[in-house]
Amino acid sequence: MAEYHNILTQVQVRGPAEMGLDERGIVAKERGVEPRFSSLLGYIGNAQLGPIHLGMFGTIALFLGTAWFFLTGVGMLQSVDWSWQALWRDLWWISLDPPGEEYGLGFPPIWEGGLYLIASTCLLIAVLSWWIRSYLRANELGMGKHVCWAFAAAIWLFLVIGLFRPVAMGTWSEMVPYGIFPHLDWTNYLSLNHGNLFYNPFHALSIVFLYGSALLFAMHGATILATSRMGGDRELEQIYDRGTASERAALFWRWTMGFNASMEGIHRWAWWFAILCPITGGIGILLTGTVVDDWFSWAVLHGFAIEGGLYNGPS
Amino acid sequence: MALLSFEKKYRVPGGTLIGRDLFDFWVGPFYVGFFGVSTIFFAALGSIMIFWGAAQQGVWNPWLISIEPPPLEYGLKMAPMKDGGLWQVITLCAIGAFGSWMLRQVEITRKLGMDYHIPFAFSFAIFAYVSLVVIRPVLMGAWAHGFPYGIFSHLDWVSYTGYQYGNFHYNPIHMLAIACFFTTTMLLALHGSLVLSAANPEKGEDAKTPDHEDTYFRDFIGYSIGTLGIHRIGLFVALSAGWWSGICIIISGPSWLMPDGESWIEWWDWWPNFFTFASIGG
Repeated sequence: MAEYHNILTQVQVRGPAEMGLDERGIVAKERGVEPRFSSLLGYIGNAQLGPIHLGMFGTIALFLGTAWFFLTGVGMLQSVDWSWQALWRDLWWISLDPPGEEYGLGFPPIWEGGLYLIASTCLLIAVLSWWIRSYLRANELGMGKHVCWAFAAAIWLFLVIGLFRPVAMGTWSEMVPYGIFPHLDWTNYLSLNHGNLFYNPFHALSIVFLYGSALLFAMHGATILATSRMGGDRELEQIYDRGTASERAALFWRWTMGFNASMEGIHRWAWWFAILCPITGGIGILLTGTVVDDWFSWAVLHGFAIEGGLYNGPS
Repeated sequence: MALLSFEKKYRVPGGTLIGRDLFDFWVGPFYVGFFGVSTIFFAALGSIMIFWGAAQQGVWNPWLISIEPPPLEYGLKMAPMKDGGLWQVITLCAIGAFGSWMLRQVEITRKLGMDYHIPFAFSFAIFAYVSLVVIRPVLMGAWAHGFPYGIFSHLDWVSYTGYQYGNFHYNPIHMLAIACFFTTTMLLALHGSLVLSAANPEKGEDAKTPDHEDTYFRDFIGYSIGTLGIHRIGLFVALSAGWWSGICIIISGPSWLMPDGESWIEWWDWWPNFFTFASIGG
């Protein structure tokens, strides 16, 4: 049973830092942060930290992301009368809150949601700037834009929750408070106010893809580690020129469940499962309160729920 | 059944745990083995039991079919077939089928000369299921606390059980499990994307290499974990999601952990109380 488990890296080889490819001779001088090495990271993956190509959009994103974080803290402090002690004591409960319903889609006074809208604008621009980076960095290297489109799927959910649905509902008060428990309460009340989100079919699909993604990564990660003795982790080489690692990985699943992906195909499954989670989730949220007000009644109407529910505690 | 072009040389005898070469053969693409037979047995019996239960209740709407656990009065005893016994048999069949499936994965692993990460990973999924229908009900003293087997009835169980403890979002281990689910999904998107973007570059470009992958992620976020590391972290976070899901429900209910009426919202009282205790702000 002296097997090759490959859970942690046993021997860390350390050479000079990799500074990154620069095939067009443009980006090397734009990279910053002197690379460092962390032995702790090295147990799991690459030990090298940095360099990074921040560029204009990275700088904008970091600056405005920090501004959002700072403004949220200011709003929290204001809600506890500027007491630092109370900030820590109540940290889990307090938040920077969106405007009240009475302001509709207007701009409220600074301490009644105005600060929240300013912070939200910072966050929106920060996220979009970071998204632009995901495109530009891939383009520089001549790579596909798959990261960019996957990130766009997450941004779709972010925009539905923070922009499209509030606009459709006619009030910024539908936005999510920036706080730890408050954002969980928001989630809870969205479900309670609209007749149990479990009966929203798009919410169900979103959860299927969330659990499905965890399942797929467990299957894929385990398969690659289990074949790493044969070079299974060298996925690109295995895609271009299949070796025994790919063959065994494929046959494992073929023999187990009658079906297998290829070394490239598994990454397409992975990509679609992961991006469909926020895509279907976003559709589900956008319909909630706008098109469908009560998902439970809707489910009763369409024959997949019964009045009184299917379970009311242990009998 | 067609074999894959390279499949024939891998179809060799050996690697079985029990039964030697008795069940050491394939049916179509499927490997059989002793545990293939036991999987079929448990899965078929359990499925028939569910259909039988549906027939008993006269419910054929697939969304509404629901097999209920026994009422509280039976505690941890066997219940009559039509009063929850069916649920108990189906639970046994499910555990038998999942366990058989895992052991079948062990046999296939051995046959292909791979390592045991896949059956090890699957055991976490089995644990999550068993925590809901065996561990927690046993700790609470009645099978009635298991969840009903139905598409929407099990969702109603989740709603009901969650609100029994105030608001389940306040369960710190539930927070951790959800964080792991979200993280593993994000990592899966990033990993799938990166490999596809290297293997499917822009028109006219050469196929890319792991050096391009590392460069992209270092440029993007300042760190690239590497081709091996991403599978370690992905597997770890995915298994953590399953593990903490099981733990978060096990600690919700047993009376020695949660006296009646306590909710996860109140659980957090220790935090401000600690501040009062330490006299740092009132």
